Amino acid sequence: MKDQALVQMALYAALVAALGLIPPVPFVTGIPITAQTLGVMLAGVMLGPWRGFLSMLLFVGVVALGAPLLSGGRGGLGVFASPTTGFIIGFPVAALVAGYVARLLQRQSILIAAGVGAFVGGILVLYVFGIVGFKLVTGSEWLRSVQVMAVYVPGDSVKVVLTALVAQAVYKGLPGAVATRQA
Amino acid sequence: MMTLYVHRQSWLHRQPAGLKLLVLMATSVALYALTSLWTAGAALIAVILAYRSLGPAGWSYLWVVKPLLPMFILIFVVQTWSQSVSAAILMLLRMLTLIWLANLVTLTTRMDAMMDAVMPILSPFRRVGVAPHRIAFTVALFVRFVPVLMAVLNSLLEAWKSRGGGRAVWRLAIPMLINAIRMSDHVAQALAARGGVRSPETPVSMVQPQ
Repeated sequence: MKDQALVQMALYAALVAALGLIPPVPFVTGIPITAQTLGVMLAGVMLGPWRGFLSMLLFVGVVALGAPLLSGGRGGLGVFASPTTGFIIGFPVAALVAGYVARLLQRQSILIAAGVGAFVGGILVLYVFGIVGFKLVTGSEWLRSVQVMAVYVPGDSVKVVLTALVAQAVYKGLPGAVATRQA
Repeated sequence: MMTLYVHRQSWLHRQPAGLKLLVLMATSVALYALTSLWTAGAALIAVILAYRSLGPAGWSYLWVVKPLLPMFILIFVVQTWSQSVSAAILMLLRMLTLIWLANLVTLTTRMDAMMDAVMPILSPFRRVGVAPHRIAFTVALFVRFVPVLMAVLNSLLEAWKSRGGGRAVWRLAIPMLINAIRMSDHVAQALAARGGVRSPETPVSMVQPQ
């Protein structure tokens, strides 16, 4: 792996951390939504599957070591015993799938490729992790877990649209920065 | 670098990081095997007493669960409704015990000690061409990038506000990312100009230009 790839992976991991410092907006349901998954989707779409995966693995690993980089200043091993742990553990896989799907769709417009990638990785895949994690930690039934987690969907849908718009704009400015657009 | 670690001397600080991680893992398995409210309650009290043993201010670290309180209440209500009050209490006891215990490990273990403890787990990466010192380099760079990106975000926010602001703050994500990518390209070039990421064992004169 080239040195430049290491720098890029560190950058996107730091981007997710910086997005976590934007104060969470309490959504209609009272459950705060954060901008962090926007960073996860961008990491996949911009870096491609493998680097996106490693970049998010780096983020999750450093959080586990005790850095308070999750939204609300959370961090450390306690995070992995909390009800939303599935979402955090799922970050690397979400980025992997987002990158993979965006690369599959590279013949489509970047708006579609990035949007569909972010949706499949950042919502479908991430919610499978989130719901399984919630069920394991709380011991709730499947249906209950799905219902409780569903409150995050509207906020995350906004982030899918944002990922597509941001990826499109960055592609115009710096075409080389979008790894999923190069054959 | 901000960290949750609390610099102080205590009996917990003196325990090796690997041991603390093993105890944590064992407890997490054991807790889910327990089904009695009394044993689960005793485990919780033991963890709270361990916080107390850190000193007079030890209690205050228990507030780490504050952001999770709305979630706890929601889960408690749902669990009581779908199962029973005792099941809901048991689950809450387990979650609190584990979160507090894990946080206790984080509070009392330096980040570099923790990294040394997990390095043996990372060594298989060497086979796919990722040497541990390159992982360490990436971690250090990541930790350094966080405040830099925050500064970029803050300056963009200030510029936004001074131009009148508005509701479409999300647009700042675009210049933010472009700035960040440009910066990381400069870092990569600077790194290449200095001979790349070196292993601590390699003398500078041995480095081949890439």
